[in-house]
Amino acid sequence: MTRALPAFQFLLTLAVTFLGLLAITFVIGRVVPIDPVVAVVGDRASMETYNATKEAMGLDDPLLVQFARYVVQVVQGDLGMSVSTGRPVAEDLARVFPATFEMATLGILIGVVIGVPMGVIAAARQGRWIDQVIRVIGLAGYAIPAFWLGLIGLVVFYANLRWVGGPGRIDFFLDGMVPVRTGLLLVDSAIDGNWEAFASAFSHIVLPSFILGFFALAYIARMTRSFMLEQLGQEFITTARVKGVPERLILWRHAFRPIRVQLITVIGLSYAGLLEGSVMIETVFSWPGIGNYLTTALLNADMNAVLGATLVIGAVFVGINKGSDALYRVLDPRART
Amino acid sequence: MSLLSVRNLRVTFPTDHGPVDVVRGLSFDLGRERLGIVGESGSGKSMTGRAVMGLVPKPGRVTADELTFDGQDLRGLSEEAMRGLRGPAMSMVLQDPRFSLNPVIRIGDQIEEAMAVHGRLGKRDRRARMLDALSAVRITDPERVARLYPHEVSGGMGQRVMIAMMVVLEPALMIADEPTSALDVSVRGQVLDILADLVDRRGMGLMLISHDLNMVARWCDRILVMYHGEVVEELAAGALMEAQHPYTRGLVASLPKIDETRDRLPVLDRSRL
Repeated sequence: MTRALPAFQFLLTLAVTFLGLLAITFVIGRVVPIDPVVAVVGDRASMETYNATKEAMGLDDPLLVQFARYVVQVVQGDLGMSVSTGRPVAEDLARVFPATFEMATLGILIGVVIGVPMGVIAAARQGRWIDQVIRVIGLAGYAIPAFWLGLIGLVVFYANLRWVGGPGRIDFFLDGMVPVRTGLLLVDSAIDGNWEAFASAFSHIVLPSFILGFFALAYIARMTRSFMLEQLGQEFITTARVKGVPERLILWRHAFRPIRVQLITVIGLSYAGLLEGSVMIETVFSWPGIGNYLTTALLNADMNAVLGATLVIGAVFVGINKGSDALYRVLDPRART
Repeated sequence: MSLLSVRNLRVTFPTDHGPVDVVRGLSFDLGRERLGIVGESGSGKSMTGRAVMGLVPKPGRVTADELTFDGQDLRGLSEEAMRGLRGPAMSMVLQDPRFSLNPVIRIGDQIEEAMAVHGRLGKRDRRARMLDALSAVRITDPERVARLYPHEVSGGMGQRVMIAMMVVLEPALMIADEPTSALDVSVRGQVLDILADLVDRRGMGLMLISHDLNMVARWCDRILVMYHGEVVEELAAGALMEAQHPYTRGLVASLPKIDETRDRLPVLDRSRL
């Protein structure tokens, strides 16, 4: 009973969150001055065709009825048909989301592995030249537009140096040669033992991931630095020095341990941001991800696709939030009760 | 030979208006005894303790004509050499256990770390010594307390843990910087008893830094009275009433006593200092 109650509360919050998310997206989708019927039939269709389509799409019914119908469908896993691709939205999302997921995950890994040590070092050497260098890198992460970095990256590393693959997820002659299992090309090609495809996929993903990783690390390094500075000013750091603890342990054991919880929030937010799909990066690299999909859907007034993609992004946010909550309890003894 | 000899100690901080001395030419000797340093906030008493430990925060600068600990000149000693002394040779109990213990490391691990970083003993022996140290500060169930995190113990218990952590390596010099001012009045005496008892039994020198004249007089052998970065008076603990310096006399006069009736408590008159 005592164990079942939090689980029940958790599911209830989840359900309410999603219902709210659906409601807002749905209402926005219906009040925008875009006619979804015209999007289907085109603006030269006759009045009869128009009306018949409108009825078939259920747009004659009151908004509340439409919404209820939509919710029931979603619960059954049916996100409707996409007007622009002509396929079920759920199918489309199963194809585009893994592409974004793969790139974002690699990006956040790069951001954490480089960004966290950068922040720690900057804090340890506050005001020295290395701190200034890291500060400038961080500032660049805020100031440089993603599409510019993407284009320059392509010119330098793909067109000139030939170090990496070009746009797309894989070389075109390998496209479709890897059986889809998870939708993650690196994983699927490895499972298949197709190392040629793996190498090609890797050479394509490495540049966009590094660019995403750069933006993530700029934010992560800056936050790590300021969290570390706050901890290094605490009395327990003096205590550790009084005990004769070496500087390296003071940094990583005494100052870094307490900030892990705060960092999880920062990393979680960054990751969620990357998972939303960076429209700019996905466009520049012709990456068939969710950012691209959502933008195309919006421009085509493809409301089912927009709602479906929004739902997935919402689920990602909720999932990451709940995940970091759970990690809190593991890492901070004060959060356990 | 004295344990600690300090001659003309200065601690200087640069400011926008030029360098400011927070400790101005302090001199004293400390044997294996209990020395009290009293003074108001900003009188430089805490900085004196930190200067001895080599822990004056940047950009502060420490200079002295003599700064000798146990026959060793501390001036110009490398950071690595100072680090080797901190813990096994000299140690310091800080003010408030709510801030001075690491919130995310178990109490037992924090005490064991003091031994581990100096390469003392094997894992099992460290644990035994850690439990002994907790017992020595009159914690009756050290096994349980060792597993707790600092937020799970009271202030008095936290400060006893702090003392255990600082005596576990049996340093020769113990500095206690306002060790009880963050604690409830009811446990102050107990914590000081424990500290003084350990210091006596292990033959350490104690530097008790406080703003509380009565407390210092009760637990120390000798008292240095600091004002504005300087020692204005040095006297035996029992001789507080015979103080000569107007600052000390003013301080003593302004202490309320339970067995007398006074209209108005005298206030320190700084214009005559």
